[in-house]
Amino acid sequence: MANAHGVADHWEHFPHIADIGVRGVGKSKQAACALIAAVAEIDHIAPRTKVHIRCSAANDEALLVQWLNALVFEMATRGMLFCRFQVQIEGNSLEADAFGEPIDTQKHEVGAEAKGATYTELCVRRLDDGRWLAQCVVDV
Amino acid sequence: MDLTRLKRVTDTEWHIPPSGAMRVPGIVYADADLIADMDDKVSQQVCNVAALPGIVKASFAMPDAHWGYGFPIGGVAAFDPDAGGVVSAGGVGFDISCGVRAMTTGLNAADIEAVKESLARSLFAKVPVGIGSTGELRLSDREMDAMLAGGARWALQQGYGEERDLLRMEEGGCMAGADPACVSARARKRQRKEMGTLGSGNHYLEVQVVAEIYDEATAAAFGLNQDAVVVSIHCGSRGLGHQIGTEFLAEMVAQAPVLGIALPDRELACAPLDSELGQRYLGAMRAGINCALANRQIIGHLTREVFAQFFPAARLELLFDVSHNTCKQETHRINGARKALFVHRKGATRAFGPGAPSLPEDLRTWGQPVLIGGSMGTASYVLVGTRDSETHAFASACHGAGRQMSRHQARKRWGGRAVRDELAERGIIVRSPSPRGVAEEAPGAYKDVSAVVEAGEKAGLAGRVARLRPVVCIKG
Repeated sequence: MANAHGVADHWEHFPHIADIGVRGVGKSKQAACALIAAVAEIDHIAPRTKVHIRCSAANDEALLVQWLNALVFEMATRGMLFCRFQVQIEGNSLEADAFGEPIDTQKHEVGAEAKGATYTELCVRRLDDGRWLAQCVVDV
Repeated sequence: MDLTRLKRVTDTEWHIPPSGAMRVPGIVYADADLIADMDDKVSQQVCNVAALPGIVKASFAMPDAHWGYGFPIGGVAAFDPDAGGVVSAGGVGFDISCGVRAMTTGLNAADIEAVKESLARSLFAKVPVGIGSTGELRLSDREMDAMLAGGARWALQQGYGEERDLLRMEEGGCMAGADPACVSARARKRQRKEMGTLGSGNHYLEVQVVAEIYDEATAAAFGLNQDAVVVSIHCGSRGLGHQIGTEFLAEMVAQAPVLGIALPDRELACAPLDSELGQRYLGAMRAGINCALANRQIIGHLTREVFAQFFPAARLELLFDVSHNTCKQETHRINGARKALFVHRKGATRAFGPGAPSLPEDLRTWGQPVLIGGSMGTASYVLVGTRDSETHAFASACHGAGRQMSRHQARKRWGGRAVRDELAERGIIVRSPSPRGVAEEAPGAYKDVSAVVEAGEKAGLAGRVARLRPVVCIKG
């Protein structure tokens, strides 16, 4: 969705020499998309199965780390990759439905697995246009 | 790196004098070219580590140091439990006890030349590798406890490997002080299907050939001769270690204000060694070390099974097994007195010199083998701890080449299939489920490993014994 300035909500990666920086601008699902795209081709993943995720933390930044780590955990233990997210945040609690399918190495063009979200370059803040920016480095 | 803050002490040793919150100096071991190429964030992270409570002597960076999270990768720091010292989950990292084991085979390059394609295929089929791969073992809670307490000894009891393997591992294959009760249900769940898996990223299994020998006597003692075939395995504690790191990092960040610790960087989250949290982390982290030791023991066994199909008479002997993401209690000499310290090595290898009591008898004359990982196309090295290594960074050396390019950049620059084909032309067979992973790990994305080990040798951290060239690489 484009904001008032015509810039769409989006995700992107930012460089880290050993690992990879994930950044979402707009809704909290964007950082999750950046995490998945660090691991695989997100456009190749089908939203066939829903997984419900809950987490909470003391503040916005810790909540971002918890959210991404919850996804890392679900990916690792279910052997799944996700492509779509419906996220609700109330206070310092997050509830989400993540949609995806079992990992298919060839179809999803996987790279290195994510070990965990770190506190490096961690930042959650409002931009001048009112949208949220959420980012951190993920250890791969 | 901006060199204005650094004082050059020798050709390979650079000091950062204490300033601000630093309790000790920073010391970086590197030659002029390596240090010039290092990210400024390395010196910043070295200084941040120097500000942690109870740090002793200095905050060190190895010649392969690069920007990590909290600690630099290639960082070494020791803490005194009697001086408010801390243990840091960030100082160990997510991949607890990631390390390298090398096995000699008794074979020479010519012996494997005719079968290396099928050898590569069989190793790739036998050893689970890449995202989503699972091992054959499924551990019950009780078995998981036994594995976390027993490490490679547990693996041996399950039929993986041979008794003599234990002599050639740090801690004799079993880290003391592990407390499985400190490992969460989520960490256990993450490991349930991952015993005996290689993982992805920079982890690998390589068949290598000794390309050059620098120290004939030590090489002979290590079972290495020119053209000898060696198998090296680089992996760690898999999902269990990742989850332990994740959980304790978050807990230490949250507890830091309560424990009165001012963190220069949240990723340096730590707890006093004598605190309940510190002790609980040590119990879990040591269990993670045992998980890594068991994991590498299983993969070593699978490798032996494959070699036995091709070379029934070949005996794969463990040269050594090192871990390069750990915190270990060790005794070191500080101001003339022996002192028990907690040494963090984050992307750094222990390098005990000759005479170290923890070394097995047949290695004690020579020093500890130090195994330096390669990057598919480039060399790996076998080094040895020196008589001087204790006087530098608590007997520590580098752990690999170190990246010089991000995964993102590497993927933009190279294609996985092109990298694989180019390596094949050079006689290196790469087998991986992930072309993207191969592109991200392209040899060109890494620093010159030879420059790194030469700088380490000049600095007195570890001496070169042999250079190994890859022949087969199984990559995640």
